[in-house]
Amino acid sequence: MINNIPILSIIVFLPLLGAVLVSFIPGNKYSLIKSVSFLFSFITFLLSVFLFFVFKPSVGTFQFMQTIPWIKSIGANYSIGIDGISLFLIMLTTFLTSIAIVYSFHSIDSKLKEFMIFMLFLNTTMLGVFVSLDLLLFYLFWEAMLIPMYFLIGIWGGERRIYAAIKFFLYTMVGSVLMLAAILFIYFIHKKATGISTFDLQSLISYSTAHIPFKTKLFLFLAFALAFAIKVPIFPFHTWLPDAYTEAPIPVNLLLSGVLVKMGVYGFLRFAIPLFPEIAHNFFYPIGILAVIGIIYGAFIAYVQKDMKKLIAYSSFSQVGFIILGIFSFTNTGMTGGVLQMINHGISISALFLLVGMLQQRTGKRGINDFGGLSGSMPVFSAFLLISILSSIGLPGLNGFVGEFLILLGVFKVNIALTAIASTGIILSAIYMLWMFQKTSQGTSANENIKKIPDLSLKEILILVPMILIMFWIGLYPKPFLSRIEPSVKNLINTTTPGQFTTSVEPSFLLIHK
Amino acid sequence: MNSILFVVLLPVLGSFIVGIFGKWIKKSLIGIIACCSVGISFLISAFLFIKIINLPVNLRFFDKVFFQWVPVGHFLVNFGFYIDPLSILMILIVTGVSFVIHLYSIGYMKEEEHFSRYFSYLNLFVASMLLLVLADNFLLLFMGWEAVGLCSYLLIGFWFHKKSAADAGRKAFIVNRIGDFGFLLGILLIYHTFKSLNYSAVFSQAPLILKHDNGVATAITLLLFMGAVGKSAQIPLYVWLPDAMEGPTPVSALIHAATMVTAGVYMIARTHILYQFAPISMEMVAFVGIITAFYAASIGTVQFDIKRIIAYSTISQLGYMFLGVGVAAYSAGIFHLMTHAFFKALLFLCAGSIMHACSGETDLRKLSGLRKYLPVTFWTMVIGALSLSGFPGTAGFFSKDDILAHAYMAPYYGKFLWGLGIITAALTSFYIFRIIFIVFRGDKQQGNHPHESPKIMTVPLIILAILAIIGGYVGLPELNFIHRFLSPVFLKTSALSSSIELKTMLVSFIFSLGGIATAWYFYIVNPSLPGIIKKNVAGLYRLLLNKYFVDEVYERIFVLPGKKIASFFSDVFDTKYIDGAVNETGKWIKINSEQWKKIQTGYLRDYVLIILIGGIILLGFFITKIH
Repeated sequence: MINNIPILSIIVFLPLLGAVLVSFIPGNKYSLIKSVSFLFSFITFLLSVFLFFVFKPSVGTFQFMQTIPWIKSIGANYSIGIDGISLFLIMLTTFLTSIAIVYSFHSIDSKLKEFMIFMLFLNTTMLGVFVSLDLLLFYLFWEAMLIPMYFLIGIWGGERRIYAAIKFFLYTMVGSVLMLAAILFIYFIHKKATGISTFDLQSLISYSTAHIPFKTKLFLFLAFALAFAIKVPIFPFHTWLPDAYTEAPIPVNLLLSGVLVKMGVYGFLRFAIPLFPEIAHNFFYPIGILAVIGIIYGAFIAYVQKDMKKLIAYSSFSQVGFIILGIFSFTNTGMTGGVLQMINHGISISALFLLVGMLQQRTGKRGINDFGGLSGSMPVFSAFLLISILSSIGLPGLNGFVGEFLILLGVFKVNIALTAIASTGIILSAIYMLWMFQKTSQGTSANENIKKIPDLSLKEILILVPMILIMFWIGLYPKPFLSRIEPSVKNLINTTTPGQFTTSVEPSFLLIHK
Repeated sequence: MNSILFVVLLPVLGSFIVGIFGKWIKKSLIGIIACCSVGISFLISAFLFIKIINLPVNLRFFDKVFFQWVPVGHFLVNFGFYIDPLSILMILIVTGVSFVIHLYSIGYMKEEEHFSRYFSYLNLFVASMLLLVLADNFLLLFMGWEAVGLCSYLLIGFWFHKKSAADAGRKAFIVNRIGDFGFLLGILLIYHTFKSLNYSAVFSQAPLILKHDNGVATAITLLLFMGAVGKSAQIPLYVWLPDAMEGPTPVSALIHAATMVTAGVYMIARTHILYQFAPISMEMVAFVGIITAFYAASIGTVQFDIKRIIAYSTISQLGYMFLGVGVAAYSAGIFHLMTHAFFKALLFLCAGSIMHACSGETDLRKLSGLRKYLPVTFWTMVIGALSLSGFPGTAGFFSKDDILAHAYMAPYYGKFLWGLGIITAALTSFYIFRIIFIVFRGDKQQGNHPHESPKIMTVPLIILAILAIIGGYVGLPELNFIHRFLSPVFLKTSALSSSIELKTMLVSFIFSLGGIATAWYFYIVNPSLPGIIKKNVAGLYRLLLNKYFVDEVYERIFVLPGKKIASFFSDVFDTKYIDGAVNETGKWIKINSEQWKKIQTGYLRDYVLIILIGGIILLGFFITKIH
């Protein structure tokens, strides 16, 4: 029965429908705008939860597939489907979007209507990226996402918003243009060789792995890798991040750090690695070393930041290094840990940004030296802040640890020295995060107003509690997550391990289409 | 054995109830909830203990799995508890001492505004410690390990308004993380070697795998030891423990003396099967232990802060325990862990009682003549001090001498280890009786209105004082209940010849008596003497007083350069070079386009000219191609 309902398409386009509806509402009817946008984002989230339950855990290949011819003349299809990797990214996206929209009810005070339209539109494009199985479709969503993001930062951002928005836009564009060139290149040589015009991911994978010469693949991989490396970001392509993170409004921060970053990693998993597996395998050291540099370098920089948002931005940059490292270990545990860590990172970093936002809303400040002793005036806030910090520094019992440990376990198999160096990240993250906690929540503040800040309201608590619960859930009982991620990761490893491409990719691909 | 889950769950529950709803609950009820959760936990533990004793020796091992914690393909870590004589003994000590200290806390923290927060943390600590002890695999052990560290962090920084307290908490967490970094790598290496993290699987394979690979055994055990060095405050990672005294005194008694800091000793005892294949690591453990023991005791002799002296004493005593497990005297190490839990908790609580009486004063120079006013505290503290000094008949006597006698028999430098241990014993009794003589003898200082603590505080003192005496009799040389109880866990323990045991007892007794006598002579008979000695060996005195300047050295070597590197990365490298390169690229393109812009003249004639040139070039190209 479920097979007859295109549930994925509904999830992807429901927010867009919401955006269209909102655009018909007069701009001054705030409560209507709010309820319509929240309703659409929340129903999308509920549908993705439903997806979680109907998803068959042990199947490693794509599910809920749907293919409709799109541009027949060039062979582009509207072709979508998900596996255990994208399932959770979809849930993360819909979850964070709902939270971001609820949070923006109070934090966005100008042009609410336009803001909501852009948020909902952004939601659709992000979801589109995670479901596309057609290269052109993927590229369309990937690029379309830049448009709302550009406006969201450029209109509702902080003081240097224009600079940050343009930098973000251009930097990302540079990468994606190269990727487009690579996509077209594969498309044309495939067409030339087989006479079939298609952007279908599976067909191109089987063609690429079997027929494209090594050297050509190397360049193609680099083109893809650059686009994704900028998005993640991997050192040294990270400098758009602190600017964008600092300038973006808090609700946008959630999606920027929680979801957009994951699109880069996802790009590697879904496209760059399967298309060019042996190249990717050879890139463990270059990318792994860059990731480790990022972990340590980002941590050092985070330690001396005065702006809490910037501190969190650099910490985020530091921690995605672990994810990349896990993915490129090409081990079952490392990659599964990497995927799980994408979710963990999305949750903890979003919680941190929300908390900073709540402080900023109360005081207009967010420098670590502007506060002190908040544990006294805002005990609930401080408790949430501490839990989020502990989650992000990988305290066992909370989500971050499970991901980090699995990643390190996987990387250890490949290279012990690199694991050891990366592990120093757990010391460094404790240093800068606890420093931030001490400066804000402990000690005393000279400013009398700080002592009188009201604690979190019930609404704010309700926004944060789900995130805190997820942190504990994944930390104490990650099985429901792992059991869905692992089969897909295993499938990915099996189909991309050198020496197996030609034999194992095609049969499984054929099976799906029957 | 299912009830074991409740041993851990009850304190967790207590912590949650008190932590979340504490605002709306009366203080008296908070105290009752917190104490009951730990008390019932203790009763269940005692019940399990009796149950185990009644079982045949070879059936005293259980691995109780509750659910799959982290399953990824072939990798599987369960959430399960391992019950054997060692863990049962540990949970008895933990819940027992915790319960007594919870009681004491009700009185000690009575005036505290954040009463509920305190008990919430304390309960959480007990749960974490029990998790650490009961875990049936390394990952769960690590979870408990880090969780106790978190509770320690929270409780050291309990009075968060004080910068020194917040600093100390952070320092403790970070220094512990440095140790945990090694611990984590050790766990990874264990999995890599044994393809499992479960105790039974690892230990049963250990003889087979490690026999041929001494290097791996050494690497694993040294990495694990790094974790132990952090948590149990040994050289070089001990620096956090003296600062940890910023926390409330009952916390110092429970976490920073009786239980958490002994986790390293427990861990080595637990993994002793691995250590047996790594003689180098064993030697390392023993040496770090004895050197720390001596080193910390030497610092303790000149400090003025009662709590800090006792903290250095803890570091020193932990050194003894490491010496014990380092010379393969595992049950002796655990035995000392137990007796130390009693007398050290007692000493800290006595210090707390003194502070309670003298409005928080801990400076020896400002305390004196309290014997008359604090009789219970005085007598119990004397018992604690005697036990710490290893006075015959007290608990410390049996356990310490047990370790030293084993050290004497050690295959490596046994006599050196033994000798330094004996000298340390003399220093130990000196510094502890220095406190007793200064604080309780002489005249009362003006301005103080000391008063004995309430019953809720003195009863725990009396309980612990009794334990600090009779706790040793379970290890009486001939009967030796504790060794027999633990022997199924530690299969190989070297036998002691009774002549060495007697010799050790005699010599260490003489030395510790010497320490007490010296303290008596220095601070009662001839109080001007310490001043004279100070002047004559001013250099040594300053070195000891400033704790060998280790904190300062660490600051210079690690903290300041770290900050400099961070600032360089942030302000120079990232902004000027990396981001500079990005922005320069942008500028470069802009400047170039300014040049190219000039081609776009807007005149039709220019464009026609360019089209013409292009056409000619194309034409030429095709013509040459045809040829």
